[in-house]
Amino acid sequence: MDILSAYPAWLITHGAALLVVLPLLLGAITAILPRERLAWIVTLIVTLICTAAAFGLLLTIFGGETQLYKMGGWDPPHGISYVIDGLNTPVLLLISAMAVLCTIYGLPSVAAEVEPKKRAPFYGAFLIGVAGLLGMVATGDAFNVFVFLEVSSISTYVLVAMGASRDRRALTAAYRYLILGSIGATFFVIGVGFLYMETGTLNMADMARILSDLGGGSRAALIGFGFIIIGLGLKLAMFPLHMWLPGAYAYAPSFVTVFLASTATKAALYLMLRFTFTVFDPSFEYVGTVLTYVIISMAVLGMLLASLQAIFQTDARRTLAFSSIAQVGYMLLGVGIGTAASLSAGYLHLINHAIIKGALFFAVGAFWYRYGITRVEDFRGLSKMMPWTMGAFTIGGLSLIGVPFTAGFVSKYNLASAAASNGWWWAVGVIMATSVLAIIYIGRILLIAYFQDPPEVDGKVVAKKEAPLMMLIPMWGLAILSVVIGLNAYWMDRAADGAAQVLLLGVGG
Amino acid sequence: MTPHVILRVVSKFLIPLIALFAFYVQFHGDYGPGGGFQAGVILAASVILYALIFGLDEAKKAIPPSWVRIGMTLGVLVYGGTGVITWLLGAEYLNYSVLAEKSYNGQHYGILLVELGVLLAVASVMLAIFYAFGSREPDLSDEDW
Amino acid sequence: MLTTILENYHYSVVIILMMTGLYVVFSSRNLIKKLVGLSVFQTSVFLLYITIGKVAGGQPPILVEDKGDHHASLDIANKLAGADAKVGDYGSHASEIVYSNPLPHVLILTAIVVGVATLAIGLALVVRIREVYATIEEDEIDRLDYQYNLEGTDA
Repeated sequence: MDILSAYPAWLITHGAALLVVLPLLLGAITAILPRERLAWIVTLIVTLICTAAAFGLLLTIFGGETQLYKMGGWDPPHGISYVIDGLNTPVLLLISAMAVLCTIYGLPSVAAEVEPKKRAPFYGAFLIGVAGLLGMVATGDAFNVFVFLEVSSISTYVLVAMGASRDRRALTAAYRYLILGSIGATFFVIGVGFLYMETGTLNMADMARILSDLGGGSRAALIGFGFIIIGLGLKLAMFPLHMWLPGAYAYAPSFVTVFLASTATKAALYLMLRFTFTVFDPSFEYVGTVLTYVIISMAVLGMLLASLQAIFQTDARRTLAFSSIAQVGYMLLGVGIGTAASLSAGYLHLINHAIIKGALFFAVGAFWYRYGITRVEDFRGLSKMMPWTMGAFTIGGLSLIGVPFTAGFVSKYNLASAAASNGWWWAVGVIMATSVLAIIYIGRILLIAYFQDPPEVDGKVVAKKEAPLMMLIPMWGLAILSVVIGLNAYWMDRAADGAAQVLLLGVGG
Repeated sequence: MTPHVILRVVSKFLIPLIALFAFYVQFHGDYGPGGGFQAGVILAASVILYALIFGLDEAKKAIPPSWVRIGMTLGVLVYGGTGVITWLLGAEYLNYSVLAEKSYNGQHYGILLVELGVLLAVASVMLAIFYAFGSREPDLSDEDW
Repeated sequence: MLTTILENYHYSVVIILMMTGLYVVFSSRNLIKKLVGLSVFQTSVFLLYITIGKVAGGQPPILVEDKGDHHASLDIANKLAGADAKVGDYGSHASEIVYSNPLPHVLILTAIVVGVATLAIGLALVVRIREVYATIEEDEIDRLDYQYNLEGTDA
């Protein structure tokens, strides 16, 4: 690895802790900075360093190494250890890279959507949220997961509520998110408590060892598993537990919507993978039952019903939010089938969906930035008014549907073939059906934007006004990335297969 | 004369004691129950009591909100900075053993520094929450609630 | 049956608190009452953790030997931090006396702080909602939002 030799050694050896500590500490400083531009620069630098560190760690993973970082020098299982393996490093890179893109996008977008006095604290809360997400993905300690889950959630509630200067419904959306998010986190911590009763340890690797020695453990472990699944299900918007998501996505500042859509639910999904497959084991009777009957049925119901609901939304952001719930269903389907191919496909879809939804929400945010529109019916003639932004939206939309040569196609195809090789042809049918529904809800927006004429105000056609460059760069970055993945998914496949290997064999876990 | 003479006199006597007790809890945390969290809350409680008796404006004169904001950040920085120092000394994050020649001295200094950071952060955050809620002007009178 | 319940009465307390809290969160339409329910719910979890930390006949986990000499406890910390420490190296102190498990208490200290933070954010949101909507009843807020959706203005 040539690139790796250019890295300073400390960035790799202390990378696991650095990823969490740097945004956490600088987030606290950023919150009290007097000038918003300064806060923005600090945020950009911090997220860039995190991305570099995460990329370096990913290269070491590809080199076949896993890392165990002992916080405070205390040995596991007594101390808190951070684990860097094939399962969580791609998610770490995803979160920090999305944070960089959001920050770039944020320069014009935050200036338009957040009140001037709140902008520096806004960036501070954002950095702390990034630290929380990175922490809950990097840590190997079950209670530490809860702490970071709450760190990221609390800052997210604040970020969602910041949309109030644009739309007051952001406040009620943030409140609902707070109630359901806290219940989810509390359910999770109850589950961890039951696991602690059963195993007497909080270290995930140690828990896994003791649970497999006990052959799944007593009823306490079973109940703990149930609480953890429900708690994480609330956080990742598993189908019947998704009520907080549309409001939070629709009324938060566009910057926050992108960040939430592409990282927060993904980190929770990663945790569900980590707990179901490495802490517990699908070979335990109750885990297998939950996977086959609960997770899969919820996934399929979510895919169909949320896609249907997405068709009937008048607000473009709500359409995309319901589509997100449907896409979570795809990932859960991959989790539920539970073979190496399906896990790899689900994991790939997790990353691809983050990229696709990021591009789509970036574009919708740009529409609002220029014309103040979010309703689908107001999108008339947008292809003429903002051709570049609409172009990125179109690529993202096609990728979401799963048109060949886009990222969405790769993961959907992998998922369908995994289901087919398991003999589950009905699952292939469901994937097809929801793709058709996606054609309807994305196509509806595209039709209005391309084939209707721009609206006229006072007898004049509304002038063409492209989004600023700072918005176009991250948007097109993601759009191009999704096409590149569609053409050659070698690296993504390799990362996803590595993750599936960790899940099934416990390599490095 | 201002009202509530008894309250004013008693609280003037009590507030320094409460603050002192906070520091007792803080530094006794090494030997027994106690520590930064509890001490921070007690310290903030002394200021909040002052604000309740003498008014929010007086309290803000004594401890300005800008100090509180800086205190929050400073607390986090003292805590995190301890970890950064251990990094610079070549050990893992927050491995206090390298802070002194003998590792038990190092552990002692480390936990003192960290608890100091916790004290600062907790006391400032408690005050910040109190100031934030206390200084909002109600737009409707109490009867309308 | 009854003896089982009485022997595990702490779980009954936890369950009653937990269900009360959840019921209040889901049934009440007043934003403040929902937060009260959430706090009760979270408190039940604190109790759950604290009760599992108690060891029958256990003492507070403070070293009683070498009173006044805190180096003894630091020595143990030292041993644990050392590179060649093994789990059995707690020293001779731990094996003689039964201590209660202090770890759940520490965990719950963290959870309490998290709960306070959540409550503070929740209350701050309610204050803002009250300022903007002039009500904290969810039905009223839903009605206002619905009207806003229909007309694009406040009625």
